[in-house]
Amino acid sequence: MDKTVNQKAWFLVLPVLILVAFSAVIPLMTVVNYSVQDTFGNNQFFWAGLEWFEEMLNDDRLWGALGRQLMFSGIILLIQIPLGVFVALNMPKKGFWASFCLVFMSLPLLIPWNVVGTIWQVFGRVDIGLLGHTLAALGIDYNYTNDPFAAWVTIIVMDVWHWTSLVALLAYAGLQSIPDAYYQAAKIDQASRWKVFRFIELPKMMGVLMIAILLRFMDSFMIYTEPFVVTGGGPGSTTTLLSIDLVKMALGQFDLGPAAAFSIMYFLVILLISWVFYTVMTNLDKREG
Amino acid sequence: MAKITLDNLAHSYLPNPTSEDDFALKELNHDWDDGAAYALLGASGCGKSTLLNIISGLLHPSQGRILFDGQDVTHAPTAERNIAQVFQFPVVYDTMTVQDNLAFPLRNRGRDEAYVAERVQEIAKMIGMEDMLKKKARGLTADAKQKISLGRGMVRKDVNALLFDEPLTVIDPHMKWELRTQLKKLHHDFGHTMIYVTHDQTEALTFADKVVVMYDGRVVQIGTPEELFERPEHTFVGYFIGSPGMNVLPAEVDGTTAKVGSQTIQLAGGYKPTSGKVEIGVRPEFAKLSQTEGLPVTVRRIEDVGRHKIIRASFEGHDINIIAGEDDRVSADMNHVSFDPAQVNVYVNDWRVAPDGAQSVGEAA
Repeated sequence: MDKTVNQKAWFLVLPVLILVAFSAVIPLMTVVNYSVQDTFGNNQFFWAGLEWFEEMLNDDRLWGALGRQLMFSGIILLIQIPLGVFVALNMPKKGFWASFCLVFMSLPLLIPWNVVGTIWQVFGRVDIGLLGHTLAALGIDYNYTNDPFAAWVTIIVMDVWHWTSLVALLAYAGLQSIPDAYYQAAKIDQASRWKVFRFIELPKMMGVLMIAILLRFMDSFMIYTEPFVVTGGGPGSTTTLLSIDLVKMALGQFDLGPAAAFSIMYFLVILLISWVFYTVMTNLDKREG
Repeated sequence: MAKITLDNLAHSYLPNPTSEDDFALKELNHDWDDGAAYALLGASGCGKSTLLNIISGLLHPSQGRILFDGQDVTHAPTAERNIAQVFQFPVVYDTMTVQDNLAFPLRNRGRDEAYVAERVQEIAKMIGMEDMLKKKARGLTADAKQKISLGRGMVRKDVNALLFDEPLTVIDPHMKWELRTQLKKLHHDFGHTMIYVTHDQTEALTFADKVVVMYDGRVVQIGTPEELFERPEHTFVGYFIGSPGMNVLPAEVDGTTAKVGSQTIQLAGGYKPTSGKVEIGVRPEFAKLSQTEGLPVTVRRIEDVGRHKIIRASFEGHDINIIAGEDDRVSADMNHVSFDPAQVNVYVNDWRVAPDGAQSVGEAA
C-alpha cells in the first residue's frame, strides 16, 4: 500500500511532545545539567565533565546504599510474592466473605505512605508502642533505633504489611479467571493439590504475577518515605537505602553535582533492571507458547 | 467399561427443596447400557450438565443412587469412578507438552514409566497426534486441544465411561464434522460407554445410538433417532427435533377423527374420549399442500432452502409449516393442507397417547 506523505501530521503529535517535554524531559535535563557542572555558589557554574560520575562510581557510600537497596528489594519480593499467592489461594471464591476480604485487604493500600511510616514508628517503640513494648515484655531484645537487625526487620515487616495485599489482589484476579472445568478435569485426572497449583493455577497466574513482581520491584527500589519516617536511615547508615542517601546528599549536604550524577545512575539502574525483567518475562512467555 | 444405573436420582441446587420446581433434575430412573453411545439433548438449562456432573461425581445428588455395574458409587469421589470427561472449553495443561498431558492421569495414579510411554504412544496414534507429542500444548488449536483432553480421558484402560459436555462448541464448523466422525470411529473400535451432551440436534442424531431428550429437568424421551422423529413422546421432542419442528394444533379427539378449529381430520386409530389439554402433532414432512384437500390455510411465506421448500402457512390463527420437495409445484391457488393420518400423533397434556386410549410409555418416565 502506498503511504501518503503529509508533513503537517507532525503538528498532531506536537501536543504530546510538549506535554512530555514539560513533565519529563526538561526536568530530567536540569538534572543532567547539574551532573556535568560544579558550582561554588553565586549561581556560577563551571564545566566538570564526567568528574562527578567518576567520583560517585568510586564512592563506597553509593555502593553500600545500592547493596542495601538490592537486599531490601530482594527480601521483600521473596516474602511478598509467595505470601500474596498463598493468601489469594486461601481467599473465599465468592459470596459475602469474598467481598469482605477484598475490602479488608485493600485497606493498607489506601493509607498514605508517611502515615504507614508513622504507624510503624509508633507501633515499634519500646516505651509506648504496642509491638515494641510487648516484645520487650516477652524478654526479646528489640530496639529498632540502635539495633540494625531490628531496624531491618521493622522496615521489611512494614513493607510486607503495606504491599502484600497488592500481590494477593493481583493473584486473586488471576485465580478467578480460571474456569471451573480445569479443576474438574484435574479431579478426574486425580491430580494432587500441589499439581493443581503447579500445572493449573500457577501457569494461569503467571501473567499477573509478572506484573506484580515488576511493580513491587520498581516501587521497593525507589522506596523513601516509610523507612525514612521509621528509621531515618539509621542506626548509622544501616538502613540508608538509595533514595534516602540521595536526599541526604542533595538536600542535606547540598552537593548538587554528585547528587545529580547519582540520580542519573539511579534512574538508569531502575530502567536497566526493569528492562531485563521485562525481556526475560516476555521471552519466557514466548518460549512456552 | 460399565453399565451405569440411575436409581431414583434427583438433584436440587437449593439446600431444602420443597416443590418439584426446586429440582434442577427431576426424579429419574435409567440404565445406560455398557458400550452404547448416548446423546443427551435439550435446551440450555434443562439439566443436562447437572446429570452429567452427577455421573462423573463432580456433583452429589440430593436423592437417589448411582450404580456402576451394580456397585453403589453415589458418594465415591470423581477419581475413584474412573470416568473421563471432555468439557465445553478445551482443558489442557498449557505448560506441559502433549506427551506429558496424555501421561498426566497415569502418572498421577503411579503407573511405571514404561507402561505410561507405551499407552501415550497408543493414544497418540488413536487421536492422530503422534507427530505433535513433543510440542507444548499452549500453542495448539482448539480442536487439537479437544483431542488432547479426549486422549487424556482414554489413556486409562479401565475407564468406565466417556462423558462429553458440549465438546464441539468452540470448534470450527469444518473440524466439527471431522471430530465427530473420529468420535464415532473410536466408539466403534473401542466400545466405550459414551454420553454426549449437546443442544445441537444434528450432533445428537448423528453421534448416538440412543438419544435422551431432556426438558425442564426431566427426561421426556429416550429413543433412536427414528423413534424421536416419527413418534415424539412429548410435544417438546416434536418441537425440538426437526427443522422446522412439529406442528402442534389444539384439537378435540373423538374416536377416529379430530376436530381442529372448525374442521375435522381423519386419524389412523381410534382414541377414547380424553380430558385435559388435547393437541395433535404432525411433522412438516408429513403435511402436504394442495388445492382442495384438507384444512383451508393462508400461505404467508415460502422459503427455498435448496433441497426442499418450507411453506409457512396459518390456519385459523395457528402456524403450520409444510415441507415440500424441491420439484413439488406450489401455486397461488393451493390453499389447503392435508396430513398423512398415520403420522398424526395425539397429545394429552403434552404427552403422546397411543391409539385406543393406551397410555404411552413416555408418561411413566
